[in-house]
Amino acid sequence: MNAVKNNTQGAKGSVMVVGSGIAGMQTALDLADSGFYVYLIEKKASIGGAMAQLDKTFPTNDCAM
Amino acid sequence: MDKCIACGACTEKCPKKVTDHFNAGLAKRKAIYVDYPQAVPLKYAIDPETCIYIVKNGRCGVCQKVCPTDAIDFDQTDKTINIKVGSVIMAPGFSTFDPSGLDNYQYSQYPNVVTSMEMERILSATGPFNGHLIRPSDDKEPKKVAWLQCIGSRDINKCDNSYCSSVCCMYAIKEAVIAKEHSGGKLDTAIFYMDMRTYGKEFEGYYERAKNEQKVRFIRSRIHTIEEDRETNNLILKYVDDQGKILTEIFDMVVLSVGMQTPKDVVDLADRLDIKLNDNKFVETDSFNPVSTSRPGIFVCGSFQEPKDIPMAVMEASAAACDAQTILSGARNSLTKEKTFPKERDVSDQEPRIGVFVCNCGTNIGGIVDVPSVAEMAKTLPDVVYVEENLFTCSQDTQEKLIEVIEKNNLNRIVVAACTPRTHEALFQETLKEAGLNKYLFEMANIRNQCSWVHSKEKDEATKKAKILVQMAISRARRIKPLKQPTISIDSNALVIGGGIAGMTAALGLADQGFHTSIVEKSNQLGGAALKLDSTWLGEDIGQNLKKMIRKVNNNSLIDVYTDSIIKNASGFIGNFETTITKSEAESEKEINIKHGAIIVTVGATEYQPSEYLHGQDEMIFTHLAFDMALKTNDKKIASANSAVFIQCVGSRETDRPYCSKVCCTHSIKSAIKLRNLDPEKDVYIIYRDIRTYGQRESLYKEARDKGVIFIRYDVENKPKVEKSGENLKVTIKDHVLNRNLEIDTDIIVLASAIIPGDNQDLAKMFKLSLTQDNFFNEAHAKLRPVEFATEGIFMAGMAHYPKPIEESIAQAKAAASRAAVALSKDSLTVEGIVSFIDTSMCRGCGECEKACPFNAIILEETDETGESKIAYVQAALCKGCGACSVACPTGAASIHNYDDEIVLTMIESALEV
Repeated sequence: MNAVKNNTQGAKGSVMVVGSGIAGMQTALDLADSGFYVYLIEKKASIGGAMAQLDKTFPTNDCAM
Repeated sequence: MDKCIACGACTEKCPKKVTDHFNAGLAKRKAIYVDYPQAVPLKYAIDPETCIYIVKNGRCGVCQKVCPTDAIDFDQTDKTINIKVGSVIMAPGFSTFDPSGLDNYQYSQYPNVVTSMEMERILSATGPFNGHLIRPSDDKEPKKVAWLQCIGSRDINKCDNSYCSSVCCMYAIKEAVIAKEHSGGKLDTAIFYMDMRTYGKEFEGYYERAKNEQKVRFIRSRIHTIEEDRETNNLILKYVDDQGKILTEIFDMVVLSVGMQTPKDVVDLADRLDIKLNDNKFVETDSFNPVSTSRPGIFVCGSFQEPKDIPMAVMEASAAACDAQTILSGARNSLTKEKTFPKERDVSDQEPRIGVFVCNCGTNIGGIVDVPSVAEMAKTLPDVVYVEENLFTCSQDTQEKLIEVIEKNNLNRIVVAACTPRTHEALFQETLKEAGLNKYLFEMANIRNQCSWVHSKEKDEATKKAKILVQMAISRARRIKPLKQPTISIDSNALVIGGGIAGMTAALGLADQGFHTSIVEKSNQLGGAALKLDSTWLGEDIGQNLKKMIRKVNNNSLIDVYTDSIIKNASGFIGNFETTITKSEAESEKEINIKHGAIIVTVGATEYQPSEYLHGQDEMIFTHLAFDMALKTNDKKIASANSAVFIQCVGSRETDRPYCSKVCCTHSIKSAIKLRNLDPEKDVYIIYRDIRTYGQRESLYKEARDKGVIFIRYDVENKPKVEKSGENLKVTIKDHVLNRNLEIDTDIIVLASAIIPGDNQDLAKMFKLSLTQDNFFNEAHAKLRPVEFATEGIFMAGMAHYPKPIEESIAQAKAAASRAAVALSKDSLTVEGIVSFIDTSMCRGCGECEKACPFNAIILEETDETGESKIAYVQAALCKGCGACSVACPTGAASIHNYDDEIVLTMIESALEV
């Protein structure tokens, strides 16, 4: 797990992602997994966005959750 | 928030019921809530607008009283936090169109008119009706359901959304198919549409199956008005069929397939951030920079850029990450640090000392299972030295206690009887590591899902089963061993196969982040299919942009380009590939060996050369690429032509090639507009089956109609006929409205020819990659892993994956670069310890395990020079510990660490003993 080392020196090693739906989560994961500190900002109480509301997804009819 | 253990006591006691927006308003929830049981973080939140304590000045607070962990703090207020960052990525999403304002559909008045989002919740097993398909007015199962397409999309009369929302055709088909499944197939479903836009990978096949196998009815008609029968609340639809006949049909339920739009607050946010939006309120981007906003350093992904489906949103998300990493690559790892753990205790020569923790999960387990008796039973079992009951074993304070207990009692095996390892194993394993124990000295018994949940009405039986599961877990715990997690080194170089737009973009994406990349291109130059294209749908010149891109690649010192080259052979796995390239030179061939950590496959696709419609027999008959070349070279044939006919779906959406080639509708319409712009007197016709100008491309369709391009629809059963007629060409087509043949004399015919995959078989075989039925490369997961292969370390982008326009190829290529960078940016990779191993004394090299392995993790190695004697070898980096090899092995040589036959059989025996 990654954690903040120093939050006041230079900000370049961090990225803010606004929105934590499927797109926001994926971009945050890519960045964090390759060495950037990510601030993921979400208006709601939990992440996941609209996809969590969907029942199943085509073409495989997999559960969206 | 750290204190909340999500027991749900607060919600249970909260007296305030409010509308549940997560369930699209179909149900009620409490003022303190979680949206759904799998929510992350799984922490209850208070809705400040409805909470009685907050609204009525402290006149409730019951949640605070019942909370067992004292997690509720009413004094919390909004805080402003200033954060400095290197880049911002906007992924704020969409809202669905609200149809309340459309008086012709009476969504607010008629209870059985629902939106597609409500239908998703109705069909969902976790929804308001537990997945039972019933209609809102009387909770009865509907017998007939209609879907109306393009509600709040492709509509400038009733709303301002002129664009197509791209996803509604597919989700409507999916909902109809699932609704039919829910009703045991009896349900009658009808989808009313204008153009069926099933343009994506595997979409057309889904549509055809819905039509032909599941018998979903597809009716090409835009419904003007819904009327209601007041007594039954049934809904009356009037429509005009293909023959122009007016029909009336009654449905029990009508679903409005609502489109996507940018929420008002997001429009305001864009304004505050100074990000330019277009007329449709989506972020303005260009085809060659599909995730860049007008403000440098701020990127966009998902439906804020344009309505799109999940895989496209996921691709753009990774693309935005790639662009952000490019500008910040020097600062990689500057703000992050690895979490460290105490040194691992060596317990290999110790007798097992097992600690058992039985969780009540509040009342979730404890309310059904007799937890004290399960704990008592555990105390009697061999090697168990410590047993504890917890209210919540997973809570933060319990983790701290667990570490203490492990150290104090010198425990070396831990069993937790609680919920599912899927959600909680990692948490407990982390606790073990913090206590200095190897994380594999852990076992879970799922006495919640498998006992208290499924046997909630049989308490005694649930307790009995819990005891069996705990006994099995302990019997395994006695035999498990600490496992090593090998690390493999990562070579940070990359290989890109194919030098078209996708390949070059991927290579630039990696090189600009500092990773050395080699591009292998079969032909003698970079550029691929784009070399023959004229302009993008947004009107950008492709030739100039392509030249710029080629120059960038050639000037980048971290990119090696091998033209006239093919891959001869390849071996290895993520982080450690070795590939031989054969490069053709004037008179000879050269072989080049390169080592690399990741591969991106961007081999592209080609244009189908039709054998119908007199193609190849008349120089005035073009394919798309030939037509674009003629445009690029100012061919006089085009300037002098007085008329042109475009024929769509040539070689696509037919029995032999069932998929839609995605780009042809937009391409033909763009070309048709170009012809009309050259000379408004030219007669231009487009003969089509469905116009699939998805997303904002719809604006081209409108422009073409406004500019006098004539659209005529045909069915695949009645394809147009092309004949020579003197100097000219003649196209004959059956007109549906007039029900008779139309003859069009024309100078030019343009065939919207299919895009077909190249010869992907060899590459697929060499790298063990899977192909779709249509011979395009198959991604690891259609929705969530759209650029990755199932084999780790190998990625794809562009038309090798499926036909697509330039902007999508670029987004996908950037995404592939981002995904590859995740692996390449690490010095080494830690592999899971639970992998397969081969007892070499028992292996006879038959190869059954190699055949059974779905991850290509097992290879047969020759043990002597004759090559006759072989032995299986597991590449731990690729093994997922699935156990398929162990089942396939006829001698018992293959097994999984900590899940060998002895352990599994002992668990079964212990289950039978209780």
